[in-house]
Amino acid sequence: MKREEIRVCILRVGGTNCDAETQTAFEALGVQAEILHANEVVKRRNLMEYDALVFPGGFSFGDYVRAGAIWAKWLIAKLGKELKAFVDEGRPILGICNGFQVLVEAGLLPAFEGISTYPEAALATNHPPGYNCRWVYLKHENHGKCAFTFKIPREKVLRMPVAHAEGRFLFPKEKEKQFLRRLYENDQLVFRYCDKNGNYANGVYPINPNGSFHDIAGICNPEGTVFGLMPHPERAFYWWQQPDWTRQTLMPFYGDGNLIFESMIEYLEKKF
Amino acid sequence: MISSLYIRRDTPFLLYEINLLEASDQQLLDVSQELGLGLNLQEMKALQQYFRRKGRNPTDVELQTFGQTWSEHCFHKTFKGVIKFNSKEIDSLFKTYIMKATREINAKWCFSVFEDNAGIIRFNKDWGIAVKVETHNHPSAIEPFGGAATGVGGVIRDILGVWADPIACTDVLGFGPLDYPYERLPAGVKHPKYIFMGVVAGIGHYGNNMGIPTVNGAIYFDESYVGNVVVYCGCVGLLPLKKFKRNAKPGDTIVLAGGKTGRDGIHGVTFASAELTEKSEEVSRPAVQIANPIEEEKLKRAIITIRDLELASAITDLGGGGLSSAVGETAKRFNCGAVVYLEKVPLKYPGLAPWEIYISESQERMLLAVPPENLSRVLEIFQSEDVEATAIGKYTGDGVLRIFYMGEKVAEIDIPFLFEPPRVMRAAEYVPPQLEEPKFPEPENLTDALLQLLGSPNIASRENVVRTYDHEVKGNTVLKPLHGEVGGPNDAAVLKPLKDSWRGLAISCGMNPRYGRIDPYWMAASAIDEAIRNNVAVGGRRIALLDNFTWGNPEKPDRLGSLVRACEACYRFAKAFKTPFISGKDSLYNESPAGPVTPTLLITAVGVVPDVRITVSLDVKAPGDSIYLVGKTYHELGGSEYYGLMGFLGKTVPKVRPTQARKTFKAIIRAIDLGLVNACHDLSEGGLAVTAAEMAFSGGYGLELDLRLVPAKGVWRNDFLLFSESNSRFLVEVPSGCEKDFEAVMGDVVHARIGKVTKDARLCIYGLDGDVVVDAAVNELLKAWKSFLGEW
Repeated sequence: MKREEIRVCILRVGGTNCDAETQTAFEALGVQAEILHANEVVKRRNLMEYDALVFPGGFSFGDYVRAGAIWAKWLIAKLGKELKAFVDEGRPILGICNGFQVLVEAGLLPAFEGISTYPEAALATNHPPGYNCRWVYLKHENHGKCAFTFKIPREKVLRMPVAHAEGRFLFPKEKEKQFLRRLYENDQLVFRYCDKNGNYANGVYPINPNGSFHDIAGICNPEGTVFGLMPHPERAFYWWQQPDWTRQTLMPFYGDGNLIFESMIEYLEKKF
Repeated sequence: MISSLYIRRDTPFLLYEINLLEASDQQLLDVSQELGLGLNLQEMKALQQYFRRKGRNPTDVELQTFGQTWSEHCFHKTFKGVIKFNSKEIDSLFKTYIMKATREINAKWCFSVFEDNAGIIRFNKDWGIAVKVETHNHPSAIEPFGGAATGVGGVIRDILGVWADPIACTDVLGFGPLDYPYERLPAGVKHPKYIFMGVVAGIGHYGNNMGIPTVNGAIYFDESYVGNVVVYCGCVGLLPLKKFKRNAKPGDTIVLAGGKTGRDGIHGVTFASAELTEKSEEVSRPAVQIANPIEEEKLKRAIITIRDLELASAITDLGGGGLSSAVGETAKRFNCGAVVYLEKVPLKYPGLAPWEIYISESQERMLLAVPPENLSRVLEIFQSEDVEATAIGKYTGDGVLRIFYMGEKVAEIDIPFLFEPPRVMRAAEYVPPQLEEPKFPEPENLTDALLQLLGSPNIASRENVVRTYDHEVKGNTVLKPLHGEVGGPNDAAVLKPLKDSWRGLAISCGMNPRYGRIDPYWMAASAIDEAIRNNVAVGGRRIALLDNFTWGNPEKPDRLGSLVRACEACYRFAKAFKTPFISGKDSLYNESPAGPVTPTLLITAVGVVPDVRITVSLDVKAPGDSIYLVGKTYHELGGSEYYGLMGFLGKTVPKVRPTQARKTFKAIIRAIDLGLVNACHDLSEGGLAVTAAEMAFSGGYGLELDLRLVPAKGVWRNDFLLFSESNSRFLVEVPSGCEKDFEAVMGDVVHARIGKVTKDARLCIYGLDGDVVVDAAVNELLKAWKSFLGEW
């Protein structure tokens, strides 16, 4: 399909708050991006009119219980069928920060055997605890399956900010090794926290800002069409959003976050 | 209660008439106290006369409405009253000083100032910027988390209350020393560390959850804040100027939207208009509200939609005084009356008396005036965001406020009288404190002194606090509070609020409470200078100011005298710098069992950066670049952090020389516009040495400076040159090869090339006799700077 025909749905509920800048990023790349209240989508049952779905950052329903948990249950109850169809057809779904938490809580990630009834992973409270807003480095781990990063060379180091209190990626302790192996086998691992030279954080704060298991910052489903990450690519979209742009003389127009949006768009252009 | 004065009306709910007509003076005061009205005898007598004229007794709803509307917090009696100061009679501090500066400057880019909950300035042709800074000191002293969170929530609603979309928050906080000994805490006063943790968490909670970046602020530690925590919450909003609707008229429906009403926040304003006591916790706990940022986020969405569709004729927030203030002020503003049906107000739980419903300060509520033909559409928009909205009455043409509850008329008040409280007459005196300049020898090791200063409470890095606030959400933060890899302290935040424009907004602040202990006049002058120079340092100009006063009990003449001194300076220096005040707020009665607060004036400055691409950060950029000191250094260490470190206060408070200062600011801006500035940082707490250290470790290079080259007057010691806090000074990195151009731009503004950037990452400063007086690795300086709030 042509770029200008692509329609991205950015879903929101009460407490979502990164929708506008996410829309800005998509629009800057020439696709149509609409911000829709989830109530509206339920009322109009029009989700399937869109080519891609984005769950932006924020504090959906106040993130009570666990971050993303309420919206996840709400989604499964009210839009479960459409979501499944969306995944089955390979239409891309992106979850940023709270969106990642929602996708994990809803069983869309890691989804080893398809959408799971119960969460197979968790984004637990940070270690060290508390809200943390800082720029981090990410190493691209995917071998090309992920629709959102296939344009990014493997092992490339990217820079983006995180801002969350619950971003510590965890598997159930007893399944840790097994699940990690599956992530590698299925090429589901996408981003790991590293230092600016690309050395893995190995859990060391603040290079790994939240204590994530295996320094995991973002994963995709086995098909590579559902992707969630804690860092905010939409806040690393333009050069002037970088934390040290005043030190640089020549900077590319786009920041590293752009690569994720570009990849997704190119995936849609090629596949559909 | 003195039962004889309270007559229960025969209603199925609690409603009392108060026998004011026959009350003695003492009884009037008793009633004021028993009902928590916070009114004095003069005011109670005015009410007695009013109801005598009406030939009836007031209800509790009516008395409570007066109590709220006439409170210091809502009516700013002190700032509007008459003050006898020395031989002068000042008719309204506000009009005589603050408003006067704005009026005389008469900037055409001021769109709406001192009219609404927030001041509005033009940003460009189509867009306006609304700014407001609130104080939330009293609630934060009782319940730090809730007090601070609702402070943020309240100021965000002030911005929504002028139809603006909140785009950034600021917060300036004052705490007692974190290591204050427990045994010295007076009864009823919470430990500074507890308050600090609660306040910081509360601010982060609200801003983060609402998705509004917290981009600028300050934290100040002072002994006097032990009993009087200082919490300033600011918010900046963006609005399309042509959507600024203010034309409510009789017949318009009063719509209450947002959270439900409960007993939280009863008598918040009367509580805020009195001193804190040992019993405040017990008595006033219900005065602190409960915060729910998600509710306000939804409310914001609906309001912005209603604004864009131009469906409502007026809007205001429910803050201090709750419905009583919002309804009354709207009616007054549009020369209307109003009818309100209190049973329509959605409640958190049943059982509230009508007066409680009317004055409750429950959070996340807004009041709109909606023409009847738009009502269903407006209610639909609220519903689509899952926000409760209810029509609770309408505006009328007769100038009378009528309140009904379940069919019973519970209040009838003439709106004009509601806004004509008897004017306050207060006496003020100012006696300069008896102070001395300390005498002590120059320390042998000034590197150690610098390291200690860098790690001292008022200078050290705030990184661990700032990182708990989302300062990036919305993706518009061009210059961040924490700069680069090490989190260097930028002077101001710069935002790029519009998608299709490079125009930026610079937000900065200035506050120097220690100077206030020496002279509140020069404290105010310094705060203004600091706020402006922080703005200028990043490239900001066309600056508007906001004033926020935190003072002691104005009924005590010395407290009021120092307030007058500060206001005098506000007028003189705002006028001199042509920086109008556009909004402000005062919090008086900041006294507790631990004593009065150090008078604390916060100046917030909002400037425009014509193109964000010229924004300058503080970090040094390239070895070989020249370092210039712009502005003259005087022997002004009174109230300085250096004297503080040595255990002194001193006397020689920094002054502001407005003519030179203004020329300096202009020259810096011009140099920035011409691309002659690689880095710029203002000199403030800790003086030249601290500024140089911060620039060096933020950039990862060294600096080599020579004190013999520093333009100074009457400063003969290395330590004084290093640590003097004279105002209106900048340290500037000029690209190598551009020195001549830079000097030409500076012209007759005092400036000197005092050194250069070095590849060797050390700060090396030569003293007056040519010896090295400061020599430290940049990493060592950084470590000292980051040590203070390392763990808490």
